[in-house]
Amino acid sequence: MIAIIDYGMGNLHSVSKAVERLGYNTIVSAKEEEILAADAAILPGVGAFGDAMDQLVSTGLDKVVKQFVATGKPLLGICLGMQLLFQSSEEHGYHQGLGLLEGEVVRFQGDFKIPHMGWNKIEFKQASPLFHQLEEGYVYFVHSFHAKLKQQENLLAVGDYFGPVTAIVNKDNVFGMQFHPEKSGELGMALLKNFLALIKK
Amino acid sequence: MLAKRIIPCLDVKDGRVVKGVNFVNLRDAGDPVELAAQYDKEGADELVFLDISASVEGRATMVEVVKRTAGEITIPFTVGGGISSVDDMTRILRAGADKIGINTAAVLNPTLITEGSRRFGAQCIVVAIDARYNEEWQDWEVYTHGGRKASGKRAIAWAKEVEALGAGEILLTSMDADGTKDGFDIKLTRAVVEAVNIPVIASGGAGKVEDFSEVFIEANADAGLAATIFHYKELTIAEVKADLKLKGVEVR
Repeated sequence: MIAIIDYGMGNLHSVSKAVERLGYNTIVSAKEEEILAADAAILPGVGAFGDAMDQLVSTGLDKVVKQFVATGKPLLGICLGMQLLFQSSEEHGYHQGLGLLEGEVVRFQGDFKIPHMGWNKIEFKQASPLFHQLEEGYVYFVHSFHAKLKQQENLLAVGDYFGPVTAIVNKDNVFGMQFHPEKSGELGMALLKNFLALIKK
Repeated sequence: MLAKRIIPCLDVKDGRVVKGVNFVNLRDAGDPVELAAQYDKEGADELVFLDISASVEGRATMVEVVKRTAGEITIPFTVGGGISSVDDMTRILRAGADKIGINTAAVLNPTLITEGSRRFGAQCIVVAIDARYNEEWQDWEVYTHGGRKASGKRAIAWAKEVEALGAGEILLTSMDADGTKDGFDIKLTRAVVEAVNIPVIASGGAGKVEDFSEVFIEANADAGLAATIFHYKELTIAEVKADLKLKGVEVR
């Protein structure tokens, strides 16, 4: 069972359907016991960082996410869900994140179109079971803020949009994708599939 | 850098695709969901559904189509047609669409752009502009109501205005080029692309593979949209992309 963590932000339907198409059962849930019982969990999210953290904290799901990570089972943050894994964000003021990964989320700066929206190529920076039998290719991004990591060893893949863009991050059993794997064609589905394959049988 | 996008558009009425459909191997060629999945497999980068239902029942059916589509495809999609309030937007986005297209409602009530953008983020709000050259003005004019009503607004000025109001993207249809298969309207597209700093999807006039490279290279559009030529298999997405790659245009 794969838990899609429901904290009132974002497009849960597409993510849960994508996981189901890969042959897994899903449960969209905000309940501690259901989430902790899952084999893997996905933290989705669309919207503003501060609102999302407020939602997580007020529902107690911030603690549930951390408890889940402590079990060693795989967690995947998608888009805003990935950004929430970091220590902080400067989106509409300073906000604290979950702090599962070291680094901060900052706004794109420069004379170019923001949000970074569309298909962009990602480059794999290091070997990972996530890239099993995969080649680099295009994935679908929609975001105005991006993550700056403190530890480069946590960086699995980058995109290029007037400078490097953190695309996939990983520390132990915590994974994050800035783009939407559920909206990224075959490569996106393959990345999701490889993430779910991390579940210990 | 971002890849240029190729976007097929499906006209849907009461839950059925209305424009000619020429796909083989489909159980039900009139089912928008199955057609959407087919385009996804063929390499479309995004899809647009235009709901042309005139009835309340038709609109309700569209929500079901959106839900089923979101469960089937692996690329983003926009839904337009008949959306005139934040509640309409909520319904469609909750059903799983990635973006909302507004056209007539945006002209009649520009604050809708701002409200939608604040609520869902600019990336969700696509303003569709139907433009036709007005000889008297020597400029392009915006049309509403499916191209039946002249609005008195100038297209370039309106494009800038919708960006300022919070639109995340412009879907620009040239009524002069639409249906001609003579290629996209390069002058209009370039004028709008140069006027705004948000992505512009060029629409109307695509008839052959080279039309896409022309609109990307000459007019710097971010995406090219077409309906009939893809539905009737006059062109495939793979052919269009192969030609673009040959010309050095970045595609997925």
